[in-house]
Amino acid sequence: MNLSRSTLDLWVGTFVAIGLGAILFLALKVGNLVSFGSVPGYRIEARFDNIGGLKVRAPAKAAGVVVGRVERIRLDPATYQAVVTIKIDHGFQFTTDTIASILTSGLLGEVYIGLDAGGDAKMLPDGGTLAKTQSAVILEKLIGQFLVDKAASGGGK
Amino acid sequence: MFSAVATGFTDALRRLGNGSIAAIRRLGYASLFGVAVVRETPAAFARLNLTLREIYFSGVLSLIIILVSGLFVGMVLALQGYDVLQRYGADESLGVLVALSLVRELGPVVAGLLFASRAGSAITAEIGLMKATEQLSAMEMMAVDPLARVVAPRFWGGVISMPLLAALFSMMGVFGAYLVGVRLIDIDPGAFWGNMKAAVDFRFDIVNGIIKSIVFGMAVSMIAVFEGFDAKPTAEGVSSATTRTVVESSLAILALDFVLTVFMFRGLGV
Repeated sequence: MNLSRSTLDLWVGTFVAIGLGAILFLALKVGNLVSFGSVPGYRIEARFDNIGGLKVRAPAKAAGVVVGRVERIRLDPATYQAVVTIKIDHGFQFTTDTIASILTSGLLGEVYIGLDAGGDAKMLPDGGTLAKTQSAVILEKLIGQFLVDKAASGGGK
Repeated sequence: MFSAVATGFTDALRRLGNGSIAAIRRLGYASLFGVAVVRETPAAFARLNLTLREIYFSGVLSLIIILVSGLFVGMVLALQGYDVLQRYGADESLGVLVALSLVRELGPVVAGLLFASRAGSAITAEIGLMKATEQLSAMEMMAVDPLARVVAPRFWGGVISMPLLAALFSMMGVFGAYLVGVRLIDIDPGAFWGNMKAAVDFRFDIVNGIIKSIVFGMAVSMIAVFEGFDAKPTAEGVSSATTRTVVESSLAILALDFVLTVFMFRGLGV
């Protein structure tokens, strides 16, 4: 196979260029390179009695807009509460009376943290803790509650 | 009677021992060969012309098969995925399903398998034939190191080509899924791309996929050059070496994929 150096260079150059282009396409169009890691931010903590199916990297949303991600989940051995560390993107500020609730988008959708800002004038600092939280709704508990209520009202008849 | 059984038993043991020693010796030889090839890395990049030529042969010439297979794999994945997802009313997650399976697994693995059969076998056959026609010995006579001149450029050509081919495979797969999902089945394009973007993470999914494809490229290229270099210098020897390259590379890719997946995606909470 006799290829001249310039033809070879052209082919290999084209190949490498479209290969790198494919990686770029995956990073920007398929993945979330723009919205991950490089964004500076600060961390806040929230304590929940039950986090349900919340996972690390789950989004934190305010009014449906993604403002940060769950960075760490651990259990406080003293209170048996789940301590969730949320990294909020730089540029978003939340009041100290913000309510954090664990929600699900749709019946089968992803679990995320919803942040509802309050009316307080003070803003949460880096490392601050959210005072008001609302735990995840556990379907089994709801059904159990419903059955107990039903039995109680049925027994009263 | 008793002595015949004893002789048969010792013979079997002897054959087992012989086979084990040969296998271990070959493994040791392959490791030394691998170290020697990696040590010739500067030679491969000093004479860039040779490595470019190998990127052309293993990369550019594999483009067609990679692009076409990627497109079809993506389209089939979209059809089958849609069939299951729509039962749960989750058909808008089709983009997520296709993108994650391609970027994490199918891109590197299927591109690696295609690369092994398209480029790996060619490398083995070429080096094996060079050995059979005593071109390698001739080089040594002229004080040219065949490892630097023949083997190292082929190894690095494969290692450089493989991640690019895997990325192209994934990209074509996503494009194929877009054609089937959005154009044919009529899923909302906003949901298709938006859900995909929200679920595919650059560091965990895409970078891990690229690491996988680099590891597979190294494994396939090393197996291909070693089998060619180690081939018996006969027509039969070259043919069986080529077969061994394809079989060993495919097994190596699948086994390495399992090991890498365990380390990359375990404990991620997904």
